[in-house]
Amino acid sequence: MTATRRTADTLFILFGLVVLWEILHRIAGETAMPAPLPTFAYLLHNLTTPRFIANLTTTGLELGYALLLAYGIGLAIGVWMGAHRLSGAVGEPILVSLYSLPKITLYPVVLLIFGLGISGKVAFGALHGVLPVALLTMGAIRAIPPVYLRAARTLQLSPWQTIATVLLPAALPEVFTGLRIGFTVTLLGVLLGEMFASKEGLGAMIMNALQLVQGEEMMTVAIVLFAFAALANGFLLFIEHRLHRRV
Amino acid sequence: MTRIGLIRLLVVAALIGALELACRSGLIDHRVIIAPSQMASALWTLLASGALDADIARTLGMIGLVIALSIVLGFAAGIAIHALPRLRRALDPFFATYYAVPVFIFYPVLIAIFGLSVMPIVLIGVATAIVAMIIATLNGLDRVPRVLGKVARVHRLGRFATALQLQLPAAAPYLFTGIKLAVSYGFIAVIAAEFILSPAGLGRDIADAYADFNNRRMYALILFLLVVATLVNAILHGLDMRFAARRSGDRS
Repeated sequence: MTATRRTADTLFILFGLVVLWEILHRIAGETAMPAPLPTFAYLLHNLTTPRFIANLTTTGLELGYALLLAYGIGLAIGVWMGAHRLSGAVGEPILVSLYSLPKITLYPVVLLIFGLGISGKVAFGALHGVLPVALLTMGAIRAIPPVYLRAARTLQLSPWQTIATVLLPAALPEVFTGLRIGFTVTLLGVLLGEMFASKEGLGAMIMNALQLVQGEEMMTVAIVLFAFAALANGFLLFIEHRLHRRV
Repeated sequence: MTRIGLIRLLVVAALIGALELACRSGLIDHRVIIAPSQMASALWTLLASGALDADIARTLGMIGLVIALSIVLGFAAGIAIHALPRLRRALDPFFATYYAVPVFIFYPVLIAIFGLSVMPIVLIGVATAIVAMIIATLNGLDRVPRVLGKVARVHRLGRFATALQLQLPAAAPYLFTGIKLAVSYGFIAVIAAEFILSPAGLGRDIADAYADFNNRRMYALILFLLVVATLVNAILHGLDMRFAARRSGDRS
């Protein structure tokens, strides 16, 4: 009963946002801010065009590669700094201060090193994702009760066996939180990369639409990205809650 | 300085030294990265010439405005939402996903509406930073111990005095977390907006220097922004430590 009322309230707010959009449309005018209904019609009509699918594929590909890099490097740094006490104590404040820097200032450097193609955007996305993955993995491994490690020593496990059978399963729920946050910021990094000096991908598409004054296209891309990010985050949160319950 | 602090300093110095060596020896092409000492000297010349003053004032002023607006409005919105439980429950899913969706993608939409001016940058900055402050305010008000309400009644404090003398100090650590996040998000959003598309500002300067292949200017500007952001973060971290020490001192 209360749950349905809460959902109704939430839907009501969502409806309020669409009304706000309509009001903004009335104020800003047709070219700057298209009305909600024509935009949804445009969205349904254009989602399957080859141009949109090509850009979607590019962004998806970049996100995939960037995540692979961010997760691989982030997990490696996190496990190392979590398991090796001195490295962790020395490195943690460095990682934390890097995490809160405006990384967009480093994008030109990334572009100079990796070039204007797909690899520059992948590297920039990965640069965003590595830090939260590393920091949360490190925290997760540090929080493992020392008795687990003593048990691993008693069983004479090799370092690899210790990581695979003791450290990772014990740390998994919190590590997964790092992977979820890493996903969010990697997506943001890839999109920021596409918005500057790029011709492909959804971020480039929205900048292109701005220049051509195509309000419907801008809103369409924004809505698709919002929906994708929210759904992906919801899915990852669902897995995360299950992992937390299991332990 | 502690031993770990010393090691950290050495590690950072070694990394910068290695970069310097790699650039000076030609291992890294100067068209890609210039030596750290050259970045510093370029920044020094640029600052001394006064050519950056207008853009520094503009960008830091904008960041300050965004942060101030986000903190004040976010705090007010947090108090209002806290007072309306039904609204809050309805908003919870939005707060939970807000930082998972790329809100920044709305920046071009804001430019389309308001034109290429200060307005879209301030709006996207506040949109990025304010929600962290709202969430922190809600968290803080949730954690105010119930017993403080009784204390207020025993001392016959008015509503305003209760808020100022009891509730605010109790919620302060959470509010400070919100302020820290708002500062960090404000920085990131304003610089990113300037970099992507804006009429002026340090972010725009970096993008222009990149387009002109003017590496000395570009690296000087990057160094400047990184140093400012690091300093601000260090100050906030120091304040955080001091508050934490004072709180634990209260209890003992």
